[in-house]
Amino acid sequence: MANRGIAIRTSPHLNRVLTVEQIMRGVILALLPIAGWSVWQFGLSALLLLVTTTAVSVLTEWALARAAGKGNSLRDGSVIITGILLALTLPPGFPLWMAAVAAFIGVALGKWLFGGLGYNVMNPALIGRAFVQAAFPTAITTWTPPFAPGRFVEPIPSTLTPPFMQPIPVDQWVAGLGFDGWSGATPLALQRFQHVETPVWDLFAGTVTGSAGETSALLILLCGLWLAWQRMLDWRIPVSVMAGAILSALPFWLIDPTLYPSPWFVLCAGGLMLGAWFMASDMVASPVTTWGVVIYGLLIGILTVIIRLFGGLVEGVMYAILLANALGPLISDWTQPRVYGAKQSRQGR
Amino acid sequence: MKANQISAPWGLMSGSTARPQGDRQGMRPKDAPQTPSHEGLFAHLDLAFKRWLGWHKTFAHGVYPVEHKELTAGKPIRRLPFADELIIPLQQHKGAPAVPIVKVGQEVMRGEPIARANEVMSVPLHAPATGVIRAIGLAPTADGPKAPAIFLKVYQAASQDALLGKRCDPEQLSPEEIIQAVQEAGLVGLGGAAFPSYVKLRPQAGRSIHTLLVNGCECEPYLTCDHRIMLEQAESLIRGIRIALKAAGARRAIIGVEDNKLDAIAHLRAHLRQTDPDGPISVAAVQAKYPQGAEKMLIKALLDQEVPIGGIPADLGVAVFNVGTLAQMGELLPKGQGLIERVITVSGPAVKHPGNFLVPIGTPVRFLLERIGITGDLGEVILGGPMMGMAVASLDVPITKGVSGVVALHPEDPALAARPVYPCIHCGECVRACPVSLNPSLLGELAMARQYQAMAEQYLEQCFECGCCAFVCPANIPLTQYFRIAKSINRDAERRRAGKGSH
Ligand code: SF4
Ligand code: SF4
Repeated sequence: MANRGIAIRTSPHLNRVLTVEQIMRGVILALLPIAGWSVWQFGLSALLLLVTTTAVSVLTEWALARAAGKGNSLRDGSVIITGILLALTLPPGFPLWMAAVAAFIGVALGKWLFGGLGYNVMNPALIGRAFVQAAFPTAITTWTPPFAPGRFVEPIPSTLTPPFMQPIPVDQWVAGLGFDGWSGATPLALQRFQHVETPVWDLFAGTVTGSAGETSALLILLCGLWLAWQRMLDWRIPVSVMAGAILSALPFWLIDPTLYPSPWFVLCAGGLMLGAWFMASDMVASPVTTWGVVIYGLLIGILTVIIRLFGGLVEGVMYAILLANALGPLISDWTQPRVYGAKQSRQGR
Repeated sequence: MKANQISAPWGLMSGSTARPQGDRQGMRPKDAPQTPSHEGLFAHLDLAFKRWLGWHKTFAHGVYPVEHKELTAGKPIRRLPFADELIIPLQQHKGAPAVPIVKVGQEVMRGEPIARANEVMSVPLHAPATGVIRAIGLAPTADGPKAPAIFLKVYQAASQDALLGKRCDPEQLSPEEIIQAVQEAGLVGLGGAAFPSYVKLRPQAGRSIHTLLVNGCECEPYLTCDHRIMLEQAESLIRGIRIALKAAGARRAIIGVEDNKLDAIAHLRAHLRQTDPDGPISVAAVQAKYPQGAEKMLIKALLDQEVPIGGIPADLGVAVFNVGTLAQMGELLPKGQGLIERVITVSGPAVKHPGNFLVPIGTPVRFLLERIGITGDLGEVILGGPMMGMAVASLDVPITKGVSGVVALHPEDPALAARPVYPCIHCGECVRACPVSLNPSLLGELAMARQYQAMAEQYLEQCFECGCCAFVCPANIPLTQYFRIAKSINRDAERRRAGKGSH
């Protein structure tokens, strides 16, 4: 009887075949429709942005992994997610050289400073974005209208700004496009400063201005649901982020609906959806325990609303997630489940 | 010894239905599952509906591996012929190894004691076949290192009638006498733990057993031998439960069966209704989920109680027995016979004719696979189920009392594919899988950092190596293996400390 090379592994001899590569591939797949929508909406600029951040992220990862002697770390595909996500959170006309800086910083400081995949405490894409938010405050709050004519032929002028130069002001370009009453404000800013609430349906469908990939709540929801159904995403996280946002926005809106946004607006405007489904849910930087992720999600939702309503920024998702990321290990520690047969829980050790 | 009588090699592949003569257990026609009556049909539908709704009791967490039970669940238990040589390890139970009482060259009859119990938690061994002792020496075991064993050359031409001891009616025996008889029969937990059965029945100081849980869960993929035992040997099983109830002084017995074996539940219920409708024995359906068959998980599901850390089920007044063990108890005790054979499932993609077989203890795996047939090359051969079983290094290891099955895989089986190991991505799947609510992600990180003491503080000892965490881990981290190693390192350190302390 054939008996050559019979394996001696230890139990379990089975595994549920879902690998890290498969999860990462699934996330990339789920991000593609959202990226596609941003290209449809903003044209060539969004495409160039996606290509730039992804390429720079991959290159940085490759170089740093080699330098760290960690071999081929591109295999897992996580860095492609970082690249795509980063592009989706930037304004569509963001100068490409700044986007490249953001990608490099995100991967180098956000990921490799900690030791690569699995060791990073915070979401690398958000680290990159936080850096350029601080470094290039004007460029990152310069918005362009969606569905500009000729968007597939010609990029937004600021896109091709040469490195270390101030971006070209886009006002003239926008004026030339013939948009009536273009204020350059996102729905969030309109609500915050002028108390004009963009119709929720527009936000939901994603026909408004904003960062390249955060406009269509509907699309993000569908892609996220697909991922959750594939068990490649912990549904508790986005659900609790959304619950946290709704619950904390509700009382203010009930008190004064003319001053405070409705919970649906909070949910659909800005980066909350993208943040909830694709960034808060980043496994590496979220807690591991079941109740931990719920607390973590609620915290993100609540912090976002607080920052949006009372902070100096119109958008709060990014900082909310980064803060919650930092608290992740602590939250994990607080929410250790009670061990079978133990008298009391391990909580608060 | 009637050596002239030809003992039929009950041809497996020939399709022969000849059953061995003599006093052996096989399938009794009246014990075979009946088609459900109308009253039974309703109960069946009710069960199936509750299964569909997921209403049956269970424990927290756990995993759902693909069951693969359809390969063998419908295969009645069949006998296999005797191998030419049986290898009978002296340690087939938890506790001190048995001590041989035979000499090389001595002829023994099937059923005759060949090793006596050593004092501590030990049981005797009986000759699984009529033959001659060829040697007493080292033999390969599934655990790795070679261990002392008795090599028995089988007289193929002998009648192979089993030598019986004193026949008795267990109902007439006192609890102490039953417990002694259980030990003399060499009975151990046949579900895989191989814990001597008499120890569980013996009343411990200050404790009393009020409930007997009968484990018919069989949650490992591929294995169906317990399922077949419940269908084909219900009578022996119920008899065994009664004997154990009496010995332990327990008030009630609950047979817990996973709801992927609805026929077994219905059959046992029908059997009880016919024979003893108001008796102390009941059948409860539990959710089909791995590791529902673990003692502590079954207690949680059926009684909603947890065995305290560092404690044993007896602390709760509970004793848990596998259905196979109790079926053997019901079969062997009245005859005064020793345990010489057991039912196992042989299955897996590399097995040509998977099924359930009654095999003599000591049958080498090689012989089994040769008789049953394999397809293609062998990639891995597992003793027990794939979640907790052990891969054998050599096909010469024998089937022992604690082996419930043999699962053979092809080399190209996806389970054997080399997968890269990634760092933990904190997906939390392992945390949601661990049935004892450990944090395998954290434990794994501590193991990599060799922080074994910190692991102990995280309740490492509660890990019973069920494999759920490693099963779900997408980063393919060998978590269970890490914990196994860490536990043994901690135990060594403990021993060293204790050793130093006594000087
Ligand atoms: S092997 Fe141990 S740690 Fe892993 S799931 Fe099972 S009991 Fe939990
Ligand atoms: S399943 Fe694996 S990757 Fe996921 S948290 Fe557990 S150890 Fe980490």
